[in-house]
Amino acid sequence: MQTWSLVSISVLLAVLVRWGVSLNSYSGAGKPPMFGDYEAQRHWQEVTYNLPLQQWYFNTSDNDLNYWGLDYPPLTAYHSWLCAYVANILNPDWVELHRSRGYESPAHKLFMRTTVLVTDVLIYIPAVVLYCLYLTDGSAKRRVSILLSILLYPGLILIDYGHFQYNGVSLGFALWGVLALGLGWNSLGSLAFSLALNYKQMELYHALPFFCFLLGKCIKAGLIGRGFVLLVKITATVLVTFGLCWLPFLPDNSQVLQVVRRIFPVARGLFEDKVANTWCSLNTLIKIRSILTSDSQLYLSLAFTLLAALPSSIRLLMKPTFWNFKLALVNSSLAFFLFSYQVHEKSILLAALPVCLLLNEFPLMCVWFLQASTFSMLPLFLKDGLLVPYTVTFLGFPFLTVYLLSALDDCSEDELKLGICGKLFPLIPKIHLACIMKWKFYISMALMAVLSVLSVVMDPPPHLPDLFPVLVSTTAFMHFLGVFLHFSMVQFMEPPRKKSRKKNN
Amino acid sequence: MAAQAESWSWFTALAVGVSLFKCLFINAYHSTDFEVHRNWLAITHSLPLSRWYHENSSEWTLDYPPLFAWLERGLAQAARHWDGDMLRLDNLNYASPATVLFQRLSVVCTDLLFIYAARECCRCIRVQKAPQVVLSQPSFVLAVLLLWNFGLLIVDHIHFQYNGFLFGFLLLSVARHLQSRHLQGALLFAVLLNLKHIFLYVAPAYGIFLLRSYCFTLDRPDGSIRWSSFAPLRLLALGSIVVSVFALSFGPFVAMGQLSQVVSRLFPFRRGLCHAYWAPNAWALYSGADKALAVLGVRLKLLQEAELPRAAMTGGLVQEVQHAVLPSVPPAATLLCTLLAVLPALVSIWRRRRGNRAFLRCLLLCALASFLFGWHVHEKAILLAVLPLSILAVESREDAGIFLVLSTTGHYSLFPLLFTPAEMIIKVCLMVMFTIYSFTALGNLHRSQGSLLCPMEVVYLLGLAAVAIACEFIFPLSPWRQKLPFLPLLATSVYCAVGVSYSFLRLYATLLRSNNKRKQL
Repeated sequence: MQTWSLVSISVLLAVLVRWGVSLNSYSGAGKPPMFGDYEAQRHWQEVTYNLPLQQWYFNTSDNDLNYWGLDYPPLTAYHSWLCAYVANILNPDWVELHRSRGYESPAHKLFMRTTVLVTDVLIYIPAVVLYCLYLTDGSAKRRVSILLSILLYPGLILIDYGHFQYNGVSLGFALWGVLALGLGWNSLGSLAFSLALNYKQMELYHALPFFCFLLGKCIKAGLIGRGFVLLVKITATVLVTFGLCWLPFLPDNSQVLQVVRRIFPVARGLFEDKVANTWCSLNTLIKIRSILTSDSQLYLSLAFTLLAALPSSIRLLMKPTFWNFKLALVNSSLAFFLFSYQVHEKSILLAALPVCLLLNEFPLMCVWFLQASTFSMLPLFLKDGLLVPYTVTFLGFPFLTVYLLSALDDCSEDELKLGICGKLFPLIPKIHLACIMKWKFYISMALMAVLSVLSVVMDPPPHLPDLFPVLVSTTAFMHFLGVFLHFSMVQFMEPPRKKSRKKNN
Repeated sequence: MAAQAESWSWFTALAVGVSLFKCLFINAYHSTDFEVHRNWLAITHSLPLSRWYHENSSEWTLDYPPLFAWLERGLAQAARHWDGDMLRLDNLNYASPATVLFQRLSVVCTDLLFIYAARECCRCIRVQKAPQVVLSQPSFVLAVLLLWNFGLLIVDHIHFQYNGFLFGFLLLSVARHLQSRHLQGALLFAVLLNLKHIFLYVAPAYGIFLLRSYCFTLDRPDGSIRWSSFAPLRLLALGSIVVSVFALSFGPFVAMGQLSQVVSRLFPFRRGLCHAYWAPNAWALYSGADKALAVLGVRLKLLQEAELPRAAMTGGLVQEVQHAVLPSVPPAATLLCTLLAVLPALVSIWRRRRGNRAFLRCLLLCALASFLFGWHVHEKAILLAVLPLSILAVESREDAGIFLVLSTTGHYSLFPLLFTPAEMIIKVCLMVMFTIYSFTALGNLHRSQGSLLCPMEVVYLLGLAAVAIACEFIFPLSPWRQKLPFLPLLATSVYCAVGVSYSFLRLYATLLRSNNKRKQL
């Protein structure tokens, strides 16, 4: 079979699965007065289409910021405006100021879902295809398997097409950045990543590795000679991209400040809801939020985040290889997710993207992590009425990937990159380690399945109403922490020789 | 043994994958057939046997044979614990989320039989040398063509029907015949007839084949029948199997004296020549020609527009038709045409002992002939030819070519089944996906023997793409939408009818030609 046909079949299958999920409910469907993220996106369309740009981020009589005020950077706002423009042509009721609040209809749902699919097909899917075709090792079949696995990652599909968000855009831009850097087009890469940052500020999770990788490349090329030219080019690209994105806001300083204040809502506390990061999990033992002031919470989380993210980034700065870059992306985003301030459960998608990129090298670890990341959002999916698509994709993804990537056969390869384990525990024979890994995988899958079933079927005891969400987030947290430690260790060992030669560009 | 089990792991992956894929469409659009089956659940659950075929409080009366009614009764036993309200007779158009989930899952679960049948079919494949790569093994290709069949997916899992289960019986029975386990095959087919009587269309192929190849054990040297080799015991065995199945199914109704009532429900001849959406068959061509002649006649002033009967055909309702210029077609004529069309095929497998493959070919011809000439044919009936043809397609290059033409046209003619905008993307993507796969996989399979399609066929299929784009995208935006709402349906049916008829003729040619070859030898 020709590669093109396999690739197109994979892409079509991915589109079909996405659309199949999108036939289901969305966040806040039929739940006035606040609804959910779906209404938030629609409301932004309404605001951006009807109000002058200067009022978008300000609380005015026409723009109640307490009702889903715009809190993403300008590119999101422009995107909303573009969607609203189309929406206004199709049906002006969808974006009419004030009166369209809480608007819901099958036709509107179809429109909103289509906008997500369009951005995905334009930005995210091509990036994944190109990444798998050009930056993945192995046979054509292997590459297509990786492609299919990445495209069918349930977490992103369920959030974008079920819950309703446009993560495909920011993640897609970030992936375009990774792709361009991997192919050696540094300016294009920084352009793409700047766009990602301007679409969602959460992309800062990836900023450190991007910065260190580019800086490291410049240093390696010699900061006095070619490296300097490169540095100037990259800096100029970033500055120009940012300038263009913020251009309408630039003339007025108060505008810029207001946007920044909206984007980084420091006042919202260390964490909300139940999220599978350190602070929330620690909260079951120590009530941090009542012990520390909010300022010290901020500094504490900042310190921990930097402490966790810096080692891998410094390592990347010293050895700017693509291999290190991918690992640093994983480590940095996980460090941010685990330790930073005001984390949402959906932010795990930012860690899931770079993990997807490592599927070829660490099939088992990555499938495991991706599965845990989908699981960590279970309470959200249940709230949105996405039980059926969650069940289908939660069962299908590990089955498919384990089959396609023969993940369970390759445990030994995992050890290969974990030489340090062999040194630490010399008594465990290699074959046992593979066996232990396999069983750990099975047990954790079973645990997640059981917790999923319990969350759906059982009512929690009255004095512990949050029992299941807490169990889910704590379980997921352990997985994330384990993966973080694993990939940190991997990064600080010599890369396997075969890979390093190919990846050094 | 372990190695053999290992080599089939891909089948499990395909089957599990497609089953989960089906579950994604639980909340998709479903047609009135959903309510039809819900109503049957209610009828079979809450009424005694004697009322099943009399009940008519809903317009969707029970019009499948008794064994299917028993299946519904079995499902109702499970439904009782799920959402008992769906079993109330007066609860018309009831579609709570639990009901939808239950009905959809019942289709996915009954499809397990289809999956098993597909696996048996894959085992019957004759291969000269099995390639190492799984993707280019004929059995893998066949498994994908069957399990991921576009038509079955949209008809069963979006439109809503139980065809997968029924085709499971058919394919299993075909597989048993290919494995020369004829009694089992006959039993399965008898059961199938009592599940859905549309399969009567292919019964002649079964009857002639079993009589000729199973009941006569020896041939003359020239291959013709040796009457003395008749094995009465075999006929008796076959007969008792068939009779007992029918007795089990219809016996109770005969005992209650309701046979005529049941039969009148099963064969409603009051319906029109063409189904709501025209199936791409000979009558579509006939009606198309009639329409063209009428328009031409009015243009040339040979006909008065006021004299023409209102073109009821195009209204999209199931009702009587009157043709404007050409004579109207009575049901008897369609029956006669169908019989005439299958006769040469039946004669050919009677006159000479032929292999099990010739039986399959004859079955396909019966299916296609009845599709082309039958009365009130549903466009879904094309699956009756497409699915079994998949088996032949992976074995020979010529059949692969026929399969590509037939499956593409036949599947495209299913498009009007899903007309809701949300399902548009699904039908287009799924169709493109299946078509790309079947073209590349079959081309890859037979690549040593040159290309599968001749230039004319390529042009025809490209034309189909053009018709599709014109009908689905351009026409809704054009001013003709108000004036000629039936035009896309007409164009689609007529264009697809050409492809289906062509496939029919070519398939006939392969059967008769192999006959001649045998004669020359």
